[in-house]
Amino acid sequence: MEIIKLSKDKTSFVVLGLLAVITFVIPLCNVFFSADSVFHFSAYSVSVLGKYLTFALLGLSLDLVWGYCGILALGHGAFFALGGYAMGMYLMRQIGTRGVYGNANLPDFMVFLNWKELPWYWLGFDHFGFAMLMVIVVPGTLAFVFGYLAFRSRVTGVYLSIITQALTYALMLAFFRNEMGFGGNNGLTDFKEILGFNLQSENVRSMLLMLSGITLMGTFFVCRWLVNTKLGRVVTAIRDQESRVRFLGYRVEMFKLWVFVFAAMIAGIAGALYVPQVGIINPSEFSPLNSLEIVVWVAIGGRNTLYGAIIGAVLVNFSKTVLTGLMPELWLFTLGAAFVVVTVFLPDGLVGLLRHRLEEQQA
Amino acid sequence: MSPQPIPHEIPMTDHLLHEGVVDTRHGPILYLDEVSVNFDGFRALNHLSLVIDAGELRCLIGPNGAGKTTLMDVITGKTRPDSGTVFFGQTIDLLKMNEPAIAQAGICRKFQKPSVFDALTVFENLALALKANKGAWSTLFYRLKGEQRERIHHITEMIGLKTRYQHRAGILSHGQKQWLEIGMLLMQEPKVMLVDEPIAGMTHQEIERTAELLVSLQGEHSIVVVEHDMDFVRSIASKVTVLHEGAVLTEGTMNEVQNDPRVIQVYLGG
Repeated sequence: MEIIKLSKDKTSFVVLGLLAVITFVIPLCNVFFSADSVFHFSAYSVSVLGKYLTFALLGLSLDLVWGYCGILALGHGAFFALGGYAMGMYLMRQIGTRGVYGNANLPDFMVFLNWKELPWYWLGFDHFGFAMLMVIVVPGTLAFVFGYLAFRSRVTGVYLSIITQALTYALMLAFFRNEMGFGGNNGLTDFKEILGFNLQSENVRSMLLMLSGITLMGTFFVCRWLVNTKLGRVVTAIRDQESRVRFLGYRVEMFKLWVFVFAAMIAGIAGALYVPQVGIINPSEFSPLNSLEIVVWVAIGGRNTLYGAIIGAVLVNFSKTVLTGLMPELWLFTLGAAFVVVTVFLPDGLVGLLRHRLEEQQA
Repeated sequence: MSPQPIPHEIPMTDHLLHEGVVDTRHGPILYLDEVSVNFDGFRALNHLSLVIDAGELRCLIGPNGAGKTTLMDVITGKTRPDSGTVFFGQTIDLLKMNEPAIAQAGICRKFQKPSVFDALTVFENLALALKANKGAWSTLFYRLKGEQRERIHHITEMIGLKTRYQHRAGILSHGQKQWLEIGMLLMQEPKVMLVDEPIAGMTHQEIERTAELLVSLQGEHSIVVVEHDMDFVRSIASKVTVLHEGAVLTEGTMNEVQNDPRVIQVYLGG
């Protein structure tokens, strides 16, 4: 037992150390070294790294739901996308008169649709504070309503997985429609500024990377604390023997619900950090495939260890960037094969493999 | 069916009923009347009536499919009967409550298949079962106090797992898991313990110790044991209830029951 705990802690410190390097050193390098220095990172690589960190945050939140609570949610990308849309709406309002139509009151796509005024649900999104609140509130509310109905009716296992898929698919179809007022097919893009800072500037990119890293590390610590509380034990117990927990006097559905809502909020924050770094949010983020990919990251990294989700998300997405550059048509096959191999041979993922090695050495 | 009219002999001052408090002044702690459960036309329980007295140790026996496990499911809220009445003491209607509420009220259950949390240590398993506020929010900020730790250690000693309390439950033997689950029941300070096949997979010595443990617990707790092993039943119970086809066939001491021709017929299929 002690050995496992030790090696777990060691690995999580290594992962945190690496994160800290990415978070602080890269932006600092960009401030201190001129653009032609080898220590200078291009705007592209900075935003790609930043994107990985937001994916890591998303993976972390799914690990909480799946790895710890045993809920295989296949629609987790929906919460990420909703957070992204909330941020995107704020960024759209920041464009002001710089759009193609130069209309300060309406985003371009609404002018194009001949809309005369801003729909009520866009009101308030020109305030950063309100938009950031919505980044958490909207995914949290959806998770609450969905989770309340599903967990109270004791929908579990594969049925729950399927309806989470249906949820994200339904949202995708809805957001594709122009009449919804979220930019339809094209989504929201062409952002100019965030809080008055130019989004194209390298320093702003560095800042966003740093912010993503800090958020990821902070969330990691919060999650680590959470899983070590008594609530964390109850949640693990629910994963392993749900009815036993119920007969111990715990209202299982409430525990599942709060973990689900909390994870949805983290996913929303991840989406909000993602959008300004990639410069676009569109309905394809709701695609069921995206949600499946999150599961694959966590499985490959190693579920049930928070840092495993982070490693998995970064590693898989790095491979994706490299491989889709080299052989785009092979990527999905590679991903599928990796998932099969991990499921069959490495049930604890890559970090599980690492940990077994460590234990063998210490034993 | 209204909850138990109070007999005239009892003075008016004793009429006070306290919401949520188990009232056993009249003897019974569990009271089942005319309970029926249908599963797609199969009558798992057929107008079953049963009374368990406070502090009693009762054994339930009966051939497979007699309805023993369904009976426990009904008492613990897992299965809703199609008709009938189930009361806990004089005042608490169990049919209006769900599983967690029934468990909190003091009816705890050991499953046929030992159900412990493999990923957690023996200590953590017991700590989860500990009687406490089990809401999500209070669980988040929960800290074990000294006396509660002592209680956990006391129970680990009682169930013979003192040297193992830091081990993961997953590595325990089958018999030890059974004990751990009994320990988890005790942590909840139950009024009623429903114990489904406690000695499956145990060695002779373990069976003897389990018998001692259960016998020592009666009085303070009311215990209902479902078991197939007749020697074991004989060694612990003063009163035995035989179930057959979802109803009570007969009740009495082990000797009375074993000599009852109906019981012999049911068991031997004569």
